[in-house]
Amino acid sequence: MVATTLSKAALFETGAAKATARRNRLLSVPALVIIGIFGVLPLIIICVYSFLVAAPYGGVQWQFSTDAYLNFLFQRDIFDDTLQFTPDFLIIYLRSFLFAVVTTVICLLLGFPTAYFMATRAPAQRNWWVLLITIPFWSNLLVRTLAIMFIIRDEGLINNALMALGVIDKPITMLYTNFAIQLGLLYAFLPFMVLPLYSSLEKLDFRLIEAAYDLYATRRQVLWRVIIPLSRPGIIAGCLLVFIPALGAYVTPLILGGGIHLMIGDLIAQQFGSGRNWPLGCAQALILMAAVLVALFFYVRNTSGRIQHG
Amino acid sequence: MPDKPGRNAIEVVDVSKIFGSGEGQVAALDTVSVSIRENEFFTLLGPSGCGKTTLLRLIAGFDFPTAGEILLYGQDIAPLPPFKRPVNTVFQSYALFPHMTVADNIGFGLEMLGKPKAQIKVRVAEMLKLVKMEALAGRRTSQISGGQQQRVALARALAPQPKVLLLDEPLSALDYKLRKEMQIELKRLQHETGITFIFVTHDQEEALTMSDRIAVMSSGKILQVGSPWDIYDKPAERFVADFIGETNFLTAAIAGVSDGKAQATLKSGATINATVAEGFQPKDKATIVVRPEHAKLTAAKGDLSGTVENIVYFGTDTHIQVRLDSGEAFTVRQQNTRSAGCGFEQGEKVGIAIGNDAAQVLRD
Repeated sequence: MVATTLSKAALFETGAAKATARRNRLLSVPALVIIGIFGVLPLIIICVYSFLVAAPYGGVQWQFSTDAYLNFLFQRDIFDDTLQFTPDFLIIYLRSFLFAVVTTVICLLLGFPTAYFMATRAPAQRNWWVLLITIPFWSNLLVRTLAIMFIIRDEGLINNALMALGVIDKPITMLYTNFAIQLGLLYAFLPFMVLPLYSSLEKLDFRLIEAAYDLYATRRQVLWRVIIPLSRPGIIAGCLLVFIPALGAYVTPLILGGGIHLMIGDLIAQQFGSGRNWPLGCAQALILMAAVLVALFFYVRNTSGRIQHG
Repeated sequence: MPDKPGRNAIEVVDVSKIFGSGEGQVAALDTVSVSIRENEFFTLLGPSGCGKTTLLRLIAGFDFPTAGEILLYGQDIAPLPPFKRPVNTVFQSYALFPHMTVADNIGFGLEMLGKPKAQIKVRVAEMLKLVKMEALAGRRTSQISGGQQQRVALARALAPQPKVLLLDEPLSALDYKLRKEMQIELKRLQHETGITFIFVTHDQEEALTMSDRIAVMSSGKILQVGSPWDIYDKPAERFVADFIGETNFLTAAIAGVSDGKAQATLKSGATINATVAEGFQPKDKATIVVRPEHAKLTAAKGDLSGTVENIVYFGTDTHIQVRLDSGEAFTVRQQNTRSAGCGFEQGEKVGIAIGNDAAQVLRD
């Protein structure tokens, strides 16, 4: 009697579990549809276009060609049809990587103390700090980037102030330089570093820090041996959230670089605009994606292993 | 248990700790002084909020006293940061590093002290053996049970051979049986290592069974320091008597004091002998305490008389609650035998005999 009730209960439970699992799968359908339509489908189109020939006024001709990929590194001589190595695009890629890496590193260095400060405030205060960090998101990135432009241009706030104070007598050119792009990138992406770091540090058990102090760890050792290892998930998330979008940044370098100093995003956009070479744009986008995937693979392999094993 | 003579490992001299400022300021410790001897198992006992954990944190260095000195073998350590004190702590939450293995946790202190790798390895193996955790050295701390985490926390704190080990309610998270086991284990470890233990607890039974000496604390003050026997049988104040074990309080008129004994006349008219704390001169009226197990129920009229109100069976003994004729409540604890009941019934008129050395006059 008892046994039958039990098995009935068990049957009911597995039945309920199956129903729950079915419901959960059903819940993921909207997300899958959106990813399919707006993620996978465009990717397939880009892939196909990258192997076609550019039409003279934009668009593509349906003719197979690998020219887009060849054009990434080589230029076809108009007279004798030979390929010549032209590293122009490659240089822009490398420069963009450098921008993205520097942005990530500086954001980490600035963001970590900020997030630590926020996480060590009283719980009621913390939400205010999070709110303050998110204030930039309330207005458009384009508007904020234009604001930076007004601050750093030759007759801008900084130069005017320095000249008025007599520190300098000629304006320092900051706008349309690499410095301007770097500044804009840092400004745009710092919150994306601070927020994941904060959410990681907020969960940190501060008694562990006391325990480390008690076991003769100095402040520096506590940081390196306890705080940083335990906030590693936040560091990884923050770095990814900054590095990937910084690499593909479009608005910031366009406005603050003045079209002189290009980044990958602007280069790709050019192919669809004035360049009228859609296949090349598609190929450049895919090469960027491949590069990011490779970088991610090594990054995650090097960091997540340590989370699990030591 | 006789007191162990010896040097003082820790001397707390007139230490105060005030949290907050202005209106909201709270004195967690109010000019506390206490000496803790070398190699002793010393317990700070008191209810939550009495200041025992604050005192422990001051000794560990997580907080700094507002006033006073903390001497470790004569040297004032009060201003030093925790990593400069040869004192280690076992935390209530254990605070094991979740990103390290059991062995790495135990070796952490030695590593921070810059000891050579080979030496750390030997010491960690020794510690693992001491707490019987050799088999789990490579486990993550999240993969072991609460009792095992407790052992690792102990080994981690003992590994750097601190001069004093601080234990902040380390057994409170364990279930009853495991707690009993760990109590014995802690005593063994203290004995084997010869390190001075300062143990914080709110559990009076734990304090009585484990300690060489106990300091009973309340509202930021130390009320009494003494051996478990002293604290239990010769409580100096009402709070101490009430907090430790069960007690009967009686008001009595003091007829006279001689040789540390007072002649106390109870409300029932009977006069009994009651011990008086040293250096204390009781006034005409005083409160005296009698432990339930030191009184005896009799069918005949005794020192006190009353009516049985309630009988509670506890397995090893029976508690008989009596309403005295004077209106006060009085509990007698009687050892059980296997064959017979307690011999009394609810509603029965009974007498209570108080032994010659059973009563103590409290300082009010």
